[in-house]
Amino acid sequence: MSENNITVAAKPKKKRSQARDVWRRFRRNKTAMVGMVIIIILILTAIFADVLAPGTETHPGYNLMNWRNTFELPSRDHPLGTDWAGRDILSRIIHGSRISLQVGFVVVGIAMILGIILGAVSGFYGGIADNIIMRIVDIILAIPNILLAISLAAALGPGLVNVMIAVGVGTVPAFARVVRASVLTLREQEFVEAARAVGANDIRIIFRHILPNCLAPIIVQATLAMAGAILSAAGLSFLGLGIERPKPEWGTMLNEAQADFLNYWHISVFPGLAIVIVVLALNMMGDGLRDAFDPRLKK
Amino acid sequence: MAENIKSGGKETLLDIKGLSIHYKTEDGTVRAVNDLNFKLNKGETIGLVGETGAGKTTTALGILRLVPDPPGKIVGGEILLDGEDLVKKTEAEMRTIRGQKISMIFQDPMTSLNPVMPVRDQIAEVILLHEKVTAAEALKKAEEMLDLVGIRAERAKEYPHQFSGGMRQRVVIAIALACNPGLLIADEPTTALDVTIQAQVLELMKNLKQEFNTAMIMITHDLGIVAEICDKVAIMYAGSVVEFADKYELFKNPKHPYTIGLFNSIPDIDTDVDNLKPIKGLMPDPTDLPPGCPFHPRCDNVKPECSQKMPQNLEVSENHFVKCLLFDDRR
Repeated sequence: MSENNITVAAKPKKKRSQARDVWRRFRRNKTAMVGMVIIIILILTAIFADVLAPGTETHPGYNLMNWRNTFELPSRDHPLGTDWAGRDILSRIIHGSRISLQVGFVVVGIAMILGIILGAVSGFYGGIADNIIMRIVDIILAIPNILLAISLAAALGPGLVNVMIAVGVGTVPAFARVVRASVLTLREQEFVEAARAVGANDIRIIFRHILPNCLAPIIVQATLAMAGAILSAAGLSFLGLGIERPKPEWGTMLNEAQADFLNYWHISVFPGLAIVIVVLALNMMGDGLRDAFDPRLKK
Repeated sequence: MAENIKSGGKETLLDIKGLSIHYKTEDGTVRAVNDLNFKLNKGETIGLVGETGAGKTTTALGILRLVPDPPGKIVGGEILLDGEDLVKKTEAEMRTIRGQKISMIFQDPMTSLNPVMPVRDQIAEVILLHEKVTAAEALKKAEEMLDLVGIRAERAKEYPHQFSGGMRQRVVIAIALACNPGLLIADEPTTALDVTIQAQVLELMKNLKQEFNTAMIMITHDLGIVAEICDKVAIMYAGSVVEFADKYELFKNPKHPYTIGLFNSIPDIDTDVDNLKPIKGLMPDPTDLPPGCPFHPRCDNVKPECSQKMPQNLEVSENHFVKCLLFDDRR
């Protein structure tokens, strides 16, 4: 009888995990890195808004009205000027980042959870459940996203929570589809059968074996969906269906600027720029992530 | 059922009687397994040999009740494990049997491990599913299992893609043996590995099997592997076991024309031949099996009744079963 344990020689291979591989590819993508840096700055801005924006705690700068210097052009006191009520636009944009990020994260978070559950059930079990879920998804997708959000917001009325719901409903289908597509290919994999062969039940197979394997497309979808959510929320606010005045939401600020922006360019340009930059940054980052996760681009 | 439990002085672990598994597809019913019989004692190894499409893997999945349904369905027969019929078990009961009493090693270690879970956690999962242990204890036992299959503890937290094919198959073996099952089903465990690694993995399986006193069903189309590690051999053709005997008996004294054909098609290293002697013809289409004995269109000793009568399972000598009309005295 030969020896019991044949020990295999150690492989002199560098430690590599998938996350590290993805990060290496992501880092090489300059556009995506720029996007990520902007998003990090935005998050920091939102966290430290109270410190960054001028004003005191009882009189926060973004709501401090000053009727003596309304529509002031950018100056040293007010780097981005003031609006119709003499409020500092820079402060309002800084505080507005909180609302935009909040909408973005909450909408994507909820849509992601719902989308993952619906997509996983529909992809894993197929059959009637798949048919019902996917037809509902098709119906929602048949309605243009912004139109759906407008009608929902109009029905629900303005307010932060209602905006989140209105925007969120249109965001779920994309997640459900992405997850379903991944689950469909993953459920045929041998390791899923192997998990069954060791006695794992469906719930365990879905959550421990299948979903961790479709994290990549979910992350990409989340980044891109967040850009969409922020844009939609700003759009609703601009139409007066979203965040109510006097909250410093970027879309609301554009709405307030409508009457006077022909005379005072700065009141609409800066909030608009904020929206453009953030949405662009998120899209650049999402595209970069998609490329980084795609193994076909591996070199 | 005392006569089922005892046979030849050893305890019977698995007794499959008349198992039939069909797949219902749009092109007709695929009769993947038809009236399959074999018996396995505790601690023994049986080699399930046959061509591609002979129903070997379906049989294995059938024992675990993992035949994808739909379209597959066990349409008849019994699978007795320790005297209990697995065909009648509920899905929840089967889950406690899978991994604990019966384990399976899959063909390709590249795809049978979860790519995003460290190997240690994948072994611990089986232990957590079947034994009353804490997560920490399960992880510790997982590391012991890895050590047992020759993987050092410092590699326990690595992911499957950081291991070579042979090492991954060792991990799969560790998962399969983690709960010390009575029966191990190995579905061509070395087909995806290169030859030098094949020998190592087979040696490891052979040793661990003895250490754990596990019975094993070795699915293969390599008669060399059968000669190496099996005690008994079941030759499968068109979803049925056509010959079943002790390894020495079968290699010395093959009866069924298909078995003889298989041995003849192995080239002999000592004689110089220009052409190999394959079995003529092709495997029949499982949606349209020929009437009577499914092998008769390819058989050298075909008799007129072969196309009319289905051969029965006959015991030609002690514990040597053949399904062929040539040995049926009643014909």
